Amino acid sequence: MRNRRFVLSSGAALVGGLILARRAPAATLSAPALSANERALHALNRLGYGPRPADAAAIAKQGAGPWLERFLDEQLQPSRLAAPESLTQQLSALEVLSLGQAELVGRYRDAIKAAREAKREQAQGMKPDADAANAVREKVRPLVAEAATARLARALQSPAQLEEVLTEFWFNHFNVFAGKGPVSVLVADYEQRAIRPFVLGRFRDMLGATARHPAMLTYLDNAQSVVAGYEPPRRARRFLDARPELKARQPTGLNENYARELMELHTLGVDGGYSQRDVTELARMLTGWGIDMRKALAGGTGDLYAFDPHKHDGGDKTWLGQSIRGAGQAEGERALDVLAAHPATARHLAFQFAQAFVADEPPPALVARLADNFKATGGDLRELTRTLIKSDEFWSREAYQAKFKTPYQYLVSSLRALDLPLAEPRPLLAALAQAGQPLYGAQTPDGYKNTAAAWRSPEALTQRVQLATTLGQRSGISAERLSATLGASLSEPTRRTLATEPAGQQLALLLASPDFMKR
Amino acid sequence: MLRRQLLHFGAFTLGGLPVSLARAEGAAPKKLVVVLLRGAVDGLSVVAPYGEREYAANRPQIALPPPGAQDGLLKLDKLFGLHPALAPLKRHWDGGQLAFVHASGSPDPTRSHFDAQDYFESGTPGRKATADGWMNRLLTALPGEPGPTRAIAQGSTPPRIFAGTASVASLGLGPAAMQRRAIDNPQLQAGLAKLYANDAQLSSTLRNTTEGRGEMARSMASGGEELATDPNADGGAPSARSFAGDARRLGTLIRKDPHSQLAFTSVGGWDTHVSQGAAKGQLANRLASLGEGLDALATGLGDSLKDTVIVVASEFGRTLQQNGNGGTDHGRGNVIWLLGGPVAGGQVLGEWPGLDRAALADGRDLAVRTDFRQVLAPVLQRHLGLDDAALAAVFPDAPAPWRDAGRLLRT
Repeated sequence: MRNRRFVLSSGAALVGGLILARRAPAATLSAPALSANERALHALNRLGYGPRPADAAAIAKQGAGPWLERFLDEQLQPSRLAAPESLTQQLSALEVLSLGQAELVGRYRDAIKAAREAKREQAQGMKPDADAANAVREKVRPLVAEAATARLARALQSPAQLEEVLTEFWFNHFNVFAGKGPVSVLVADYEQRAIRPFVLGRFRDMLGATARHPAMLTYLDNAQSVVAGYEPPRRARRFLDARPELKARQPTGLNENYARELMELHTLGVDGGYSQRDVTELARMLTGWGIDMRKALAGGTGDLYAFDPHKHDGGDKTWLGQSIRGAGQAEGERALDVLAAHPATARHLAFQFAQAFVADEPPPALVARLADNFKATGGDLRELTRTLIKSDEFWSREAYQAKFKTPYQYLVSSLRALDLPLAEPRPLLAALAQAGQPLYGAQTPDGYKNTAAAWRSPEALTQRVQLATTLGQRSGISAERLSATLGASLSEPTRRTLATEPAGQQLALLLASPDFMKR
Repeated sequence: MLRRQLLHFGAFTLGGLPVSLARAEGAAPKKLVVVLLRGAVDGLSVVAPYGEREYAANRPQIALPPPGAQDGLLKLDKLFGLHPALAPLKRHWDGGQLAFVHASGSPDPTRSHFDAQDYFESGTPGRKATADGWMNRLLTALPGEPGPTRAIAQGSTPPRIFAGTASVASLGLGPAAMQRRAIDNPQLQAGLAKLYANDAQLSSTLRNTTEGRGEMARSMASGGEELATDPNADGGAPSARSFAGDARRLGTLIRKDPHSQLAFTSVGGWDTHVSQGAAKGQLANRLASLGEGLDALATGLGDSLKDTVIVVASEFGRTLQQNGNGGTDHGRGNVIWLLGGPVAGGQVLGEWPGLDRAALADGRDLAVRTDFRQVLAPVLQRHLGLDDAALAAVFPDAPAPWRDAGRLLRT
């Protein structure tokens, strides 16, 4: 810190009134700029899940400069990148990606019902149907495992690596937890249809898609938030009267959960200038945004979102200082418009983005530029990403190898560097869970952190060294080959130290090196 | 099998280092275990004010029946009852080593889980710039010798409360937490030490890892009766993870490690916005598991419970009124639990503001009348022996001493 200030002030003194110091960050004065090879590896590590042997070969063949130029162009236009045949085949075999929301939730409900019935029969001393007793294990869990397989397969093999890291980032930003009821069978659809299409599109579209997705409506309870004093329609009353347990669970009023997190996490940020009153009023505006469960009951198809005017609180509201006239579903749409265009949202997202892709404590000037870009483009996420990639801060020596990998990043980058195929995802998922980052398993709506302070600990080190040892043994590749793949991201001191180590532990040490722990 | 492994592991990592397993002369060291309930537990269900008319009136579906009724509260006094799912803890109340401080919490009015947890862990409500956690500052301020396992963080990830410069050991979750790992191989350790030489943070993490694991393994292997009877030692399946098993392992480790004094663990899943239930249901299930876990922690601590204060807290409380879904939304005041030999148990402390509308925070939530730091201060001073200057280092800008401070502990 002191050093950097010193450099700035002495630099300014040297150049006098010249504007050099303003454009060029301090780092370029104090540390050498990244070499072409370092830039190529930096791009692979930050805008993807790290190099595979084939990437190292391509860089060597084309030269780092030309390779990088093409890589960056392609990554911002991922539709031009053809997925390898093996990946396409693997994905097309996954049922969870082809089923609609109604079918997914229908299967979930059938399985839960069958299992409950079987349990009841068992309690009464009857022998339940084996299929029914195992319904959850056989019908639901495979769908959840498929979601994880799809995510890992793409992270490992997709040439559109930027799209993959952005999908992880934005999913985490709009986190849902697969452990909450039917969210389990919906996470794949949520990622596929509410997140992935918009990671290089418009923020407002992603915000709207998440707001209407049954995974979010279930996870943050908005599907159950209704106007105070709500009574079910007459056709349902007799049905409910006969089922007091079900009747007791019918919603009778507001639930603030989604409205709060929508402002605190998804848009404005916790310091975005809203009050408890604004939370309650926004919850009222969003009443009626819910799920039509009848579709899932009757073997229906298609999406489950429905606005129910009977559940909506049509009264007038005052929200963020504005008077809101009762206008049904349009109130919620207007709220999303206001939130997406709010300057606090631009600041909040810019900080999160820069923290994930540049540094745990991102340079304020970069955050400000990203926020300005977000406002100027009306929340165009391709332009936001382009601004990041064009920034001096992204390519600075200070940012290079400065992010400590999360367990997920560590695992995926290890598999890529070792060129290990995705055969059986279960042990990998277990390793992630043990490391504190189960895939689709972040319970809280803030998702997972990406800072070193959140992940670097003795327990984490213990697990990474374990994984490094296990994967190193399994891969059967040589330390030389791994070194060649990691290329410029491996520092000279690390190479020198490794050369003095016994051959048997070189591979594990490479994977546990500071250079590979970071990106 | 497991025991043999651990014994072997202990000898293995010892190298030639001089190690004394003998306890320090004189009094056993005083210990503090903090359990954070992440997600805001409904304190009005943990210690329910059944004596208040407004309690049942505001919670038609989720209020607990009064003591004596079917599925009723376990009576604590004329006003308060304990959730029936916490029955395993009643013996600690009856034995005079479990107390509660009601209407307590943070002075900061945020209803954001993440900010409120951050404030609890930094110990500086309202100030986000605080880089370290209060338990790390406490570790620095604690009288006595430093050591690699003086503080133990349980969990897969480093908790904010222990962030800072002083070394903290970590204990993983699940039955496999104490098994031998690749990093326990001295040759690999030596290689890593060389690789990390230019990286101050990783070097220090590695040092904490090797020293902490070495000492924990030696401690757990000593005496040796424990692991063989551990019901969770089932071959290391991570799915067998449960709070009770983890809590018992933590308690055992603290008892067996002569240097351990501070420990932290956390339990999530308290954010009951929907169908929280009453004597049965979602919250009851969670509380039953928590109660079982705290009882297991006490069991694991064994004799050491007489020198240990266990503090259980959550970032804020929940709304007095049930919401539209038989759940509760984010509120303010909560209850802090204190368990252990030094605790003057059998009482619900703290100024009780009541549940009349005029007494509620923002017209809806139980008010905060006691700052969590006011409750922790006597524990830090009278139990752990901090002087005023040390306390001020742990909790800068702390509020004035609490009126009940003298009644919280036996000594």
